[in-house]
Formats: sequence, C-alpha cells, structure tokens
Amino acid sequence: MQKLLNWIDERFPLTASYKAHLSEYYAPKNFNFWYFFGSLALLVLVIQIVSGIFLTMHYKPDAELAFASVEYIMRDVDYGWLIRYIHSTGASMFFVVVYLHMFRGLIYGSYRQPRELIWIFGVIIYLVLMGEAFMGYLLPWGQMSYWGAQVIINLFAAIPLIGEDLSIWIRGDYVIGDATLNRFFAFHVIALPLVLLGLVVAHLLALHEVGSNNPDGVEIKKLKDPETHLPLDGIPFHPYYTVKDILGVVVFLMVFAAILFFAPEMGGYFLEANNFIPADSLKTPEHIAPVWYFTPYYAILRAVPPILGSQFPGVALMGVAVLIFFALPWLDRSPVKSIRYRGPKFKIALALFVIAFVGLGVLGILPATELYTWIARVLSVVYFAFFLLMPWYTRNDSVKPVPERVTTK
Amino acid sequence: MSELSVDPSKRRFLVTMSSAVGGVAALGVASPFVLSMMPSARAKAAGAPVEVDLSKVEPGMLLAVEWRGKPVWVVNRTKEMLDMLAKNDDKLTDAASENTAQQPDYCKNPTRSIKPEYLIVVGICTHLGCSPTFRKEIGPADLGADWSGGWFCPCHGSRFDLAARVYNGSPAPTNLVIPPHKYLSETRVLIGEDQGAAA
Repeated sequence: MQKLLNWIDERFPLTASYKAHLSEYYAPKNFNFWYFFGSLALLVLVIQIVSGIFLTMHYKPDAELAFASVEYIMRDVDYGWLIRYIHSTGASMFFVVVYLHMFRGLIYGSYRQPRELIWIFGVIIYLVLMGEAFMGYLLPWGQMSYWGAQVIINLFAAIPLIGEDLSIWIRGDYVIGDATLNRFFAFHVIALPLVLLGLVVAHLLALHEVGSNNPDGVEIKKLKDPETHLPLDGIPFHPYYTVKDILGVVVFLMVFAAILFFAPEMGGYFLEANNFIPADSLKTPEHIAPVWYFTPYYAILRAVPPILGSQFPGVALMGVAVLIFFALPWLDRSPVKSIRYRGPKFKIALALFVIAFVGLGVLGILPATELYTWIARVLSVVYFAFFLLMPWYTRNDSVKPVPERVTTK
Repeated sequence: MSELSVDPSKRRFLVTMSSAVGGVAALGVASPFVLSMMPSARAKAAGAPVEVDLSKVEPGMLLAVEWRGKPVWVVNRTKEMLDMLAKNDDKLTDAASENTAQQPDYCKNPTRSIKPEYLIVVGICTHLGCSPTFRKEIGPADLGADWSGGWFCPCHGSRFDLAARVYNGSPAPTNLVIPPHKYLSETRVLIGEDQGAAA
C-alpha cells in the first residue's frame, strides 16, 4: 500500500495535497455554529449536480414537451418525484445556506484584508448561482417560469441604446420561446455549473492561502509555536473540523429531508402554485412574484418609479444592490474585524440592514400597493445606507480591545 | 554586448504584438458563437400577419389573439367607454400619443384606433413585459372609485385606460403599443401589416 502511495506521490501530489488542504491545514480552534455553512454549501452543490444529472435523463428541453416531461418525471419515472423534489428543495436550500454563509462573513469581518479575494470570488459565486437558479426556473415551462423569465429578460431591454437588441440576443427570438428554453437548458446544465465549480476551487484555494478567519477576527498565523512553527490557536482541519462538519451535515440533512418529504413546495415559496400551469404567452397570472431568494432585489426594482420615461433607474439600482457587495472590503474602515469587538454603531447598522433585507424580501412577495411601495422605498434607502455610510460609521465607532489570542466561551 | 545578450524591448514588442493579434483572432472565433444566439432564420420568418374577424367581438368584450408570439387584444368599446376616454386626459402621461414609437401614425388620435370602437393593441406591459389584466368595471374596490375601466398590470401595478394609455405614476413609462394593422373589409382586420395612406 505504502509502495503504491509512493509511486503515485512521485507522479502526482496526492499526499501533499491531502496534507495542505486537510490534515495539515490549520484552522482556528474557535469556530462556532456559523462556520457550518461553507461546507454545507459544498454539500448542496454536490446534491444539485447529482440530482440534476438524473433529471436530464428524462427532461426534454423543448417548448412543446418540457412541461409534460416534468410531469412525466413526477408521475411515471420511478422515484422521479423524489429526484425532482431533491433538486427543487436543493435550489432553495442553496440560497438559505449561502445567505447564512454571507452573513457570517458580515458579522466576523471575513471579507477584510487579507481576505478580499475570497470575498470577491464568493460574490461572483453568488451572482452565478442567481443566474443558475433563474435559468433552471424556466425549464419546467410553467406560467411562473415563463412570466418570471419575461420580466427578468426585459430588465436587460431597459438598458438605454443596446437594451432591445441585447434582450433579443438573450432570448434568441422576439419573445420567450423554444430558442430561449433550449439555450437556458444549455447554460443551466453545463456552462454555469462548470463556471461555478471553477469559482469554488478559486474560493477555497484563496482561503487556504491566507487561512480562515474566526469569530474573534484575530490572525492565528501571528502567534506560532517557536519549535513546530504551527499556529498556537490552530487545529488541523482533519479530523477536528471534518468531524464537526459531519454533525452539521447530519442536522442539515434532517431539515432537508423534512422539507423534501413533508413540504416540498413549502406552501408555494419553493415551488409556486402557478408553475403547475403550462406556460401561456397570452395570459399573465394574476399575481406574479419571483422565488423567495430574489424578492429583496425585486422589491428594490419595484420601489423605483420611472424617471424621464424610462424604467432603467430601477433596473440599475437593482443591479447595484447586488454588485455593491463587491465593494464591502473597501467600505469597512473599522480597526477591528469581528462584531465581538465592534461598537454600537456597526451593530445598529447591521441590525437595520438585516431588517431591510428581510423586509424587502417579504415585500417582494406581496402585491405592490401604494403603502407597500413606500415601505419598500424606505427599506431600499436603509439597504444602500448600510453600504454607502459604512466608511464613516465604522471609522468613528467605539471599538473594544482585541485579544492577542482567540477566545473560547 | 555578447552574442547571447537579450534585448528586452524587442521581446516586449513581440509579446505585445502576438498578444494583440491573438486577441483579435479570439474575438473573430468568438463572433460566430455569439451570433449563433441571435434569432434564427426560422424565428425571423415566424412573424406572419394574423387575420381577425371582428364580428366575433361583442360590444365591451376583449378577444386575445397571438401575433409574433405576443398577445394582441381586439376590444370592441361601447359608446359609454369611448365617451369616458377624454375625461382621463389630465391623469395620463401621454394623452395625445405624442410618442411616435408606440403607435402607427394612423392611430395617433384620441381613441388610438382606426375605427373608434375597435382598439387593437399589443397586450404586453411597456414596463417589464407582463400581460395586464382587463378590468372594464367602473370603480372596483381594489382599483379605486375613480377607475373608469382599462387594464391593470398584476406584476408591478401599472394602469392603462381603455385607449391603452398609461396613467401617471405607473411604473410603465409609455402607452401600450398599437401594432400595424389594416382593415380588409368592414369586419375583417389584418394584424401585422400597415394600411395604406388612406386612413
């Protein structure tokens, strides 16, 4: 056995990679609950890829056949219903996990120097994931698929000058049709997953280059054992965190299975009722709303009135709302990273941001009435203020002294 | 300078030039792929005109037909409906249909139609492309007492009157589009082809 391993190691860095990324990757010893979501996101990615592969064996990316082929999977294919529900539940759970993972980054300052690139790769992953989810949602070819895609593609048409041609290029037709479905299928099953995998590798390589942050926001590489040169507050990822993550995986899969078997449609939030009606280009459903993970941005879009006869400002603001995450490492001027040592200003700002994000998410599901539109406007201002005022309130905050070493409570 | 010395500026020049040429080649190779995503010849050919028999549309009713994959509404407006149109003028963004992109010249009139009673309009909201709902009732509870009939877009709440003109304060920036159409006879209309000069 050892001989075989040596033979491989002389030709491929198997043992070296195993050591670098698992058995001798030193992670801070004070990880808490919030550190489950990175590995869980990886788990959901695998679940989506595997269930997706099996769905493509029965699905037909054709406007005439798509809706019926999904129903065929649900009714006639052995365990087709299970695989399809795994995939649809996985899509929503992906965003649950990713949003919690991003929130962890926010509270512990994981995006701060020297981890800016990890954060940027992460935001790109988030963007690609949104594209992946959006294109996947068209494939069942239901009413929500069709009209949701209609609205989103028309967002591009709002761009001045090139918008109209751009939207035709995206659709491959003057309206959403077979050409659109076919290309979305290609993007959804091969193009974007490949990009996603590459980005995940980049995200992890960048992480393992600089080392993980932790709930105290102190750099464990600063204090090393003089003899072994290992971080005093570090423990090997394997076995310590692999075992910890297995616990997270078990709990996560319990929740996942509970949704999968007892509420796969989640009351219309994971799979919307209107999507059980085949796409009809002549009739928009009475009330259309995107799937829950897009609703905060959708609420921002609806909150902006047209300016100078163009809806572009709303579209632009929605785009900025997503892209502004890229700037976070440079907006935060606090001398400390973790919320544990930050002052009241940041804590209040973060609390308001969470209220605004969740509030916009709820408003994006509800129909647009005058009152709701005004609430959405206020919350949109709060959302942007969190980012744009960050250089000031983080710099002038009263911070607590950061300890030399990580703390364990 | 020995025979083996390196001239870095020459090297830099060669690297820059070959990168530039390679970049142009990459753009050239990418273009067929990018262009393959434009509407195919078949998709372009599919926009054939549609003929509608107006005698099927009773007063006050709406008939939706498909033209180029889009819903086109044919509405037979009653006398009362037409009388109410002028009252909306000051609440509308473009009451006089000044925006020439939204209708052919022969429909730039108060009713936005060739024959006053028959409105023929593309049923796609100019905001983000949903198809608004026909709400012909007067003053329903959800739209307010001063609602005089028209369309309400369920997606983002845009409102249009019975000449498909957008109300102030709607997310939609412009009136709904009137497609090119012409009358073949008293009761038959062809959607998708302009009529001649005689309006």
